[in-house]
Amino acid sequence: MSLKPEELLASVDYDNPPKTEWMDTPNDFSPGRWPYPAKVDLHKAMGFKHAHEWRPDEEDWHLPENWKDIVHQGFKERLDKYRSFKVFMDICVRCGACADKCHFYIGGGDPKNMPVLRAELMRSVYRKDFTMAGKIMGKLAGARVMEEDVLKEWFLYFYQCTECRRCSLFCPYGIDTAEVTMMARELLHEVGLGINWIMEPVSNCNRTGNHLGIQPHAFKEIVEFMCDDIEEYTGVRINPPLNEPGHEVLFITPSGDAFADPGIYTFMGYLLLFEAIGLDYTLSTYASEGGNFGFFTGADTMQKLNAKMYAEAKRLGSKWILGGECGHMWRVVNQYMDTMNGYLQEGSNLTTPRNPITGTVFENARQTKMVHIAEFTADLIKHGKLDLSPERNNHLRVTYHDSCNPSRGMGLLDEPRYVIKNVCNNYFEMPPQTTREQTFCCGAGSGLNTEEIMDIRLRGGLPRGNALKYVQDKHDVNMMACICALDRATLIPVADYWAPGVAITGVHEMVGNALNVKGQKKREVNLRGEPLEEV
Amino acid sequence: MNALYGLFLVCALALVALMGVGGAGLTGLFGIAIPYVAVAVFIVGFAMKIFDWAKSPVPFRIPTTAGQQKSLDWIPYNRFDNPVNNRDTVVRMILEVVTFRSLFRNTSAHLGKNPQGGPQVAYFSEKWLWLAAILFHYSFLTILIRHMRFFTEPVPWLFQKLDWADSVLQIGQPALYQTDLLIMAGLLWLLARRIFYPRIRYLSNAADYFALFLILGIVISGIYMRYVAHVDIVAIKQYSMSLVMFSPTIPETISPAFFVHFFLVCVLLIYFPFSKLMHLGGVFLSPTRNLPNDTRINHHENPWNPKIKPHSYEAYEDDFREAMVEAGLPVVKQPDEAGAEK
Ligand code: SF4
Ligand code: SF4
Repeated sequence: MSLKPEELLASVDYDNPPKTEWMDTPNDFSPGRWPYPAKVDLHKAMGFKHAHEWRPDEEDWHLPENWKDIVHQGFKERLDKYRSFKVFMDICVRCGACADKCHFYIGGGDPKNMPVLRAELMRSVYRKDFTMAGKIMGKLAGARVMEEDVLKEWFLYFYQCTECRRCSLFCPYGIDTAEVTMMARELLHEVGLGINWIMEPVSNCNRTGNHLGIQPHAFKEIVEFMCDDIEEYTGVRINPPLNEPGHEVLFITPSGDAFADPGIYTFMGYLLLFEAIGLDYTLSTYASEGGNFGFFTGADTMQKLNAKMYAEAKRLGSKWILGGECGHMWRVVNQYMDTMNGYLQEGSNLTTPRNPITGTVFENARQTKMVHIAEFTADLIKHGKLDLSPERNNHLRVTYHDSCNPSRGMGLLDEPRYVIKNVCNNYFEMPPQTTREQTFCCGAGSGLNTEEIMDIRLRGGLPRGNALKYVQDKHDVNMMACICALDRATLIPVADYWAPGVAITGVHEMVGNALNVKGQKKREVNLRGEPLEEV
Repeated sequence: MNALYGLFLVCALALVALMGVGGAGLTGLFGIAIPYVAVAVFIVGFAMKIFDWAKSPVPFRIPTTAGQQKSLDWIPYNRFDNPVNNRDTVVRMILEVVTFRSLFRNTSAHLGKNPQGGPQVAYFSEKWLWLAAILFHYSFLTILIRHMRFFTEPVPWLFQKLDWADSVLQIGQPALYQTDLLIMAGLLWLLARRIFYPRIRYLSNAADYFALFLILGIVISGIYMRYVAHVDIVAIKQYSMSLVMFSPTIPETISPAFFVHFFLVCVLLIYFPFSKLMHLGGVFLSPTRNLPNDTRINHHENPWNPKIKPHSYEAYEDDFREAMVEAGLPVVKQPDEAGAEK
């Protein structure tokens, strides 16, 4: 990003939209405005048709000859399959209540990033192709013919939507532009237009189990490295089971937690927690990804990747699944998992989850058999099962970022807060219009956390970064906690840019630091290896 | 430009009625044929649209959760914004439909500077749109109901009382209906918003203005008849009753102004099922609002659920067996077994 924050802000103008009407405003494919296309072989290998070489900034996208038919048929098929899609195509009154709710609009000012116009990009085609009024009245009814430029526009703007659903919260009819984005992306994939930052993780998850493509032996090594660090810092040796049948709980977390700072510290936190309570669990290399990148391409891929969780629980004979800190994984688990893949539970040992330490039965997970680690830990703390020394986190002045998916697609708001408040002593909320269900996206969810669009990401990160800056100025906040592995990656550049000096952590990193484990030595460093005296 | 299209279209329609009745004397067409057609189109069109929506299944439960989920017993959950049962979901819907609750939440984002001079976005509660929408919709409803006294004989108690309540202030002669003022205020606000607010102007298309001008046209012609032209109410009632009884007769004394009003209403009825005005029906069918958030608790069926299997564990182990064994990871088949099979 070449612009300074003030300069970036100065370039945003809500009051002077382009002189041309939106249907006549040409697409801008200058570099930095689009993610790189998917590699052809990956696209093909995942079973998508019409994979081909193309570049967004070239005139000719080498679309299949009958691309218009493919899109039209695909559109029709989805209208028949999803009531949501059909209703959302018909009932928007363009009241504009959603307009300034999207972080990409707030930080960019491009009117096509107003959720209502983003959806109009599709609705206009819908009216022309599927409604009588649109067929007869054309532009007067807001209809337009599907042309190559329209498809290009879809590509541009449906990859500037992070499917965060904030717009849906404020819409008087609950129109969910994220749902529209999903449909648009499915259609784009049908004609061979996908992006690499989604397709590569998808393909990796499919083959190796996780989006980073870590192979089983390497995964084991990584876990061992983390255990070495834990031993060095705490004096406790942990040997977590991997791929072992016969354990009560299967633990699945996003692989981002096993890969890089600061996720690994969160992973270490989980391991310490399980050790402290003596949980009977196993990790899996086959199901080593909680995140579901298929969600960003289409329903079928989402289902295929998600199915691994039940398949592995069944193979290993687990009784229930514990899920780590991940954003969209939880939207998929909460809203899709049992509906799509519940039938795979047949013949397994899965039962209603019960916390073996406290005896709490998680009735709210009766059907999916999957418990969120924040619920799990909150329950442990509430029952006094954890020996905590929150003062070890005293150097932290913490705020909490509600990740979009668990907030607006689940309602997981108070559990993580309860945990944080029990493991650290300085907690501060960001302004209420930016937290809980009104939370703002990190700016790079739904497969957009790729480097080449950093400009867009930082613009999209403005509302979050700015709220962070506010608590930084007001309360000297120096740490933002979150329960999403993607956030742990994407919020770092956002914080560096908008609120330099604030670091990012997972909730269970702080749990790990506060937790006293049997047999530990005097804790002199935290899980990051920083001497506690100095910090 | 889009605003002008909308205005022009509505004026043209008004003129059509004026010329048609006043000039060409086509009272039969405007007074009998068109109204019947309009009502039929409205009813059939509305029903078909709902049927068309209902035909598509709801494969997934995707409520937008606007509050704390139900999880641990000691964490109070937000039962109406994140309901887990049908009763609470119904309450959520009622609040939505009756009080426009989501719109009430509206905020507006503004860019500015913080005290240190750095950039800052601020959010302000923004209730004007909600207020205008509420004013408009409730006034419209009241007006619609009090018009029912033209179509009933004897006029039911409720309609009489409503009529009385609406003109309770007793200003002027005939007494002023408060809803006439309120609906004008609501409509003009919504219109002004579209015209003067750059962002909203940018996203508005001709259809948005058309709907506003059309309703505005109906309201203005209604007000004109009642307070300015003082049309023959008795004759109109006679006429409207004859329509209801399916023996239409049109008294001579009805002025063309009435037909302008009535024709615009007919246009509205015809236009309704094919336009965004169908949000009246759609709001009840929106899957982000009308479903409980309970898919972790109860099974929800997707009627077309494909059975897509994951990349199997067996295939995975085949792919990485040697490395797994070397790393000491448990495998189902040892390399020699697997080798023998091949
Ligand atoms: S808030 Fe809803 S109805 Fe209003 S413009 Fe946005 S999507 Fe359309
Ligand atoms: S889902 Fe989020 S990113 Fe997409 S349009 Fe709505 S607010 Fe913007």
